[in-house]
Amino acid sequence: MGRIVLDKVSKKFGDVEVIPPLDLTIEDGEFAVFVGPSGCGKSTLLRMIAGLEDLTSGDIEIDGENVTQVPPSKRGLAMVFQSYALYPHMSVRKNIAFPLRMEGMPQAEIDKKVEAAAESLNLNDYLERKPAALSGGQRQRVAIGRAIVRNPSGFLFDEPLSNLDAALRVGMRLEISEMHERMQTTMIYVTHDQVEAMTMADKIVVLRAGVIEQVGSPLDLYRAPRNKFVAGFIGSPKMNFIEGEEAAKHGAHTIGVRPEHIEVSASSGAWKGVVSVSEHLGSDSFFHVHDTGLAETITVRAGGEVGFRHGDTIHLTPRDDVIHKFDSSGLRFE
Amino acid sequence: MAIVAPPSRFSKYGRPVLAWAVGLLFFFPIFWMILTSFKSDADAVKPEYLFVFQPTLENYLNMTENYDYWRFAKNSVITAVSATIFTLFVGIPCAYAMAFNPSKATKDVLMWMLSTKMLPAAAVLYPMTFLTKSLGLFDTHFLVIMVLSLINLPIVVWMLFTYFKEIPKDIIEAGQMDGVNTWGEFKEILVPLAWGGIVSTALLCFIFCWNEAYWTVRLTTTEAATLSKLIEGNRAPEGLFFGRLSAVSAAAVGPIVVLGWFCQKQLVQGLTFGAVK
Ligand SMILES: Nc1ncnc2c1ncn2[C@@H]1O[C@H](COP(=O)(O)OP(=O)(O)OP(=O)(O)O)[C@@H](O)[C@H]1O
Ligand SMILES: [Mg+2]
Repeated sequence: MGRIVLDKVSKKFGDVEVIPPLDLTIEDGEFAVFVGPSGCGKSTLLRMIAGLEDLTSGDIEIDGENVTQVPPSKRGLAMVFQSYALYPHMSVRKNIAFPLRMEGMPQAEIDKKVEAAAESLNLNDYLERKPAALSGGQRQRVAIGRAIVRNPSGFLFDEPLSNLDAALRVGMRLEISEMHERMQTTMIYVTHDQVEAMTMADKIVVLRAGVIEQVGSPLDLYRAPRNKFVAGFIGSPKMNFIEGEEAAKHGAHTIGVRPEHIEVSASSGAWKGVVSVSEHLGSDSFFHVHDTGLAETITVRAGGEVGFRHGDTIHLTPRDDVIHKFDSSGLRFE
Repeated sequence: MAIVAPPSRFSKYGRPVLAWAVGLLFFFPIFWMILTSFKSDADAVKPEYLFVFQPTLENYLNMTENYDYWRFAKNSVITAVSATIFTLFVGIPCAYAMAFNPSKATKDVLMWMLSTKMLPAAAVLYPMTFLTKSLGLFDTHFLVIMVLSLINLPIVVWMLFTYFKEIPKDIIEAGQMDGVNTWGEFKEILVPLAWGGIVSTALLCFIFCWNEAYWTVRLTTTEAATLSKLIEGNRAPEGLFFGRLSAVSAAAVGPIVVLGWFCQKQLVQGLTFGAVK
């Protein structure tokens, strides 16, 4: 169980309204990801759900029960912090056992649960170590272990992978996704890495300055972003925005074309420009094209075998069926 | 690879010499005091007996037999220990509240507490004497304990606050998520993590209490008089009893020097604010 409903919740720090009143429902078993630029209030919102931050107004319900005034430990949620927040004076075993011991569970049962959690997270060899003697990835596993032993009705993650190196991040991302598949427990995951958001989420919540810009599945957001902000935020590399004459041809104030929706050619195409930077990743090539007369830079994604270099003239043709049209206020229309 | 400069002549020879010089300078009065304590009062003022003299235990024996050293020592222990416990008892929750639930006024409260140390004690001497006498508290253990506690409380709170501040907020919040209540947070997380800091604060507080002289001398006569009072009582203006005075002083500072010696690691660590890691 773990259906979380936010009803007109808002948050002020002093006079600064960080989160204006906001409604959001996260269904039981859903993997929801909060994304948005730095400082937009993702952590604040998560901490409000956790109970670590008071609400200025509004209510939070978990499984139909109003928990607005309920302290963090009584909400049945577990949290994994960016800094891991392990207890430095306790061994891994004691760290994982801590929430169970606080519940007053009999020692024999605690041992069994800790062993099981350690088993599933590959921590058996480290149980007697202190956190200081663990690598970042191992610490993160311990933090996750400490969260899962309690059998919470929901997990809250605040950028849990941002302190890990790229390879480890991909591995842990998969592990967390697998954990979600296996447990089918509600998870709320904060990140500003849009790849994490796209790959893990059932539902992405895009925030800007405390306001929800759009809620939807990753592909919904990719295919039908509600406005320019979401269009620019979801997808990597970023969508190209073109204004002026070219946009007017499509009857829009601004048009958006994703880099992967542009064909490249050496000889002919709708647009023409000069390659300023080419990035060859092997599987893909990215070209940053200047002097198109459309926008400062147009970014294009092509196959790894395409070999334009700096200074080459390049012809570009957008795929007509996936051009996004925006009105003057930035809203997308069909 | 880091390039390490070869140690300069100063850091190789100069620093140790300097350190020893400063150390000896500080130690000299204590050495002198101990030396004098083994001289008879008559010998103590004679320059020809500076280093060579007939050592005697007379001063020490005299002290325990005639001046009731043990009673003063007992009072010192009772008041310093009680005051330290009481100060921590009040100071820990106070520092805890300010470190983890700060408000806009927290900084000001801390400054205000410290500012009470800026008032010259002499300024309140008469009100204090008058008040304690009329309340019937003069020369009682209770009074000495309260006075020692209150004059040390600001520094104790300030130190503990600094240690508690070093504990990452995330860890406290993780505890809250994991279901600790206030007492559990205290016992399971805060105290273990700040243990080094708490111990050095307690030690320092104890030392300050033990050495306090201004109030203990003025607010006691016999019942609650501490070793400071004993020294004071042996101070003769004519300077005739240097041997006796030295013995009393040595016996008064002895316990605290020994304590400091055994806890020096803890003290240094605490005073350099590197205890919580
Ligand atoms: N305790 C606080 N007091 C005052 N302002 C705060 C406090 N905590 C957060 N803020 C402000 O609230 C806003 C949202 O902060 P929050 O930490 O939720 O951002 P975020 O989306 O998590 O950013 P990031 O991606 O950088 O972690 C920021 O502008 C921040 O400065
Ligand atoms: Mg954040």
